[in-house]
Amino acid sequence: MMTNPGNKVTQGQFSFLPDLTDAQITAQIKYALNNGWAVNVEYTDDPHPRNTYWEMYGMPMFDLKDPAGIMLEISNCRKTFPNHYIRVTAFDSSRGVESLRMSYLVNRPKNEPGFGLVRQESHGRNIRYTVHSYATDKPEGERY
Amino acid sequence: MSDPIAGQDTKPGPKALHAVPDATPVDLDAAFRDSHVQEVLDKLDRELIGLKPVKTRIREIAALLLVDRLRKGIGLTAGAPSLHMCFTGNPGTGKTTVAMRMAEILHRLGYIRLGHLVAVTRDDLVGQYIGHTAPKTKEVLKKAMGGVLFIDEAYYLYKPENERDYGAESIEILLQVMENQREDLVVILAGYKDKMDRFFQSNPGMSSRIAHHIDFPDYAPDELVAIARLMLEEQQYRFSSDAERAFADYIIKRMKMPHFANARSVRNALDRARLRQANRLFAKPGAKLTKKDLVTIEAGDILASRVFTEGAPDTEIV
Repeated sequence: MMTNPGNKVTQGQFSFLPDLTDAQITAQIKYALNNGWAVNVEYTDDPHPRNTYWEMYGMPMFDLKDPAGIMLEISNCRKTFPNHYIRVTAFDSSRGVESLRMSYLVNRPKNEPGFGLVRQESHGRNIRYTVHSYATDKPEGERY
Repeated sequence: MSDPIAGQDTKPGPKALHAVPDATPVDLDAAFRDSHVQEVLDKLDRELIGLKPVKTRIREIAALLLVDRLRKGIGLTAGAPSLHMCFTGNPGTGKTTVAMRMAEILHRLGYIRLGHLVAVTRDDLVGQYIGHTAPKTKEVLKKAMGGVLFIDEAYYLYKPENERDYGAESIEILLQVMENQREDLVVILAGYKDKMDRFFQSNPGMSSRIAHHIDFPDYAPDELVAIARLMLEEQQYRFSSDAERAFADYIIKRMKMPHFANARSVRNALDRARLRQANRLFAKPGAKLTKKDLVTIEAGDILASRVFTEGAPDTEIV
């Protein structure tokens, strides 16, 4: 049974919605900046749910006032990695938080093959399960 | 309809010139009132003495932006005008002060989205090793987006005597953003006239991308006295009538001496006068002081300056 037609990766916020438009992304960035969070652009071609640390595109952007600068970085990143997953994260540096407040995808590959379930027989009759991205069978940079 | 796209011209946006009747009425007065531009201009007149060419240019820019808004209102094209500026003038003629004010004005007129000012110098833009400059300049540009980027002493960006200076790289990035993202930020360069002229000669691309070259004239002596009065008012002091005459003399004498920096010299002179006033109040113990004593600068506080006693500016440590 296909519960997720198109095998869209659903990670972070808004991922069950249709992809955000640039205007919507701008509005979300504006919200983060108004809260004083630092916004970063990150990319990867290994979207395994446990792969938390994506590559940063450029430096983290602190002290920005207007989303235009971040939109510029997003469009540069899309140009460089048109077939990678790109996400925008908002980092809250207040003491006691110091963690991400927002994380959402702004770019995904045209074709997402999705994940397969891998069964491993272990001691006795036990079975261990894990998910495996079909895309990661290929080497880095050639996956999508 | 053979062409399906031609039939779907429902997209709102600028129409052709002939699509709007010539007699379409526009209400310039209402637009002017609604924008609260007059308040800003009045405030500028009140708080900045002199600077005629500067005020005229700001008035023109305000008018242009208002007319553009009206044009957009009836469906004519209104391309964002280029508002990058260059302020030239001698030290202390108010370049930085006007730049700060400019951010607020452009924000009120709806030209920039946020109205903050990021003031930088060469050090903030140019890196120290290969590959350092581009991210540094871009970071500053991103911070300034939605507001005004003010580059003080911009001519230091370009050092012709050193071919391997990274300043040129920074200028290249600046130019690109100034051209492509006009609606995102306004760049104001500032510096002394002769050095700026030399800078533009060696960077013609920069000169042509800056629409407004504004020269800040030196202040006349009576304008400097008016500035002094305004500065004291801000600090809740005032001149006695003798002191004001003494200060006018002081200005005339000081202007002839070296290192005269217009309003900045006035500010320094006032700071020293306040020191002397405080000292004078201390020097007579037991005297009954009133509020008037605390807020008044007397002629003696001015006349004790070395400009009068020794004919040399106080600031100079010889």
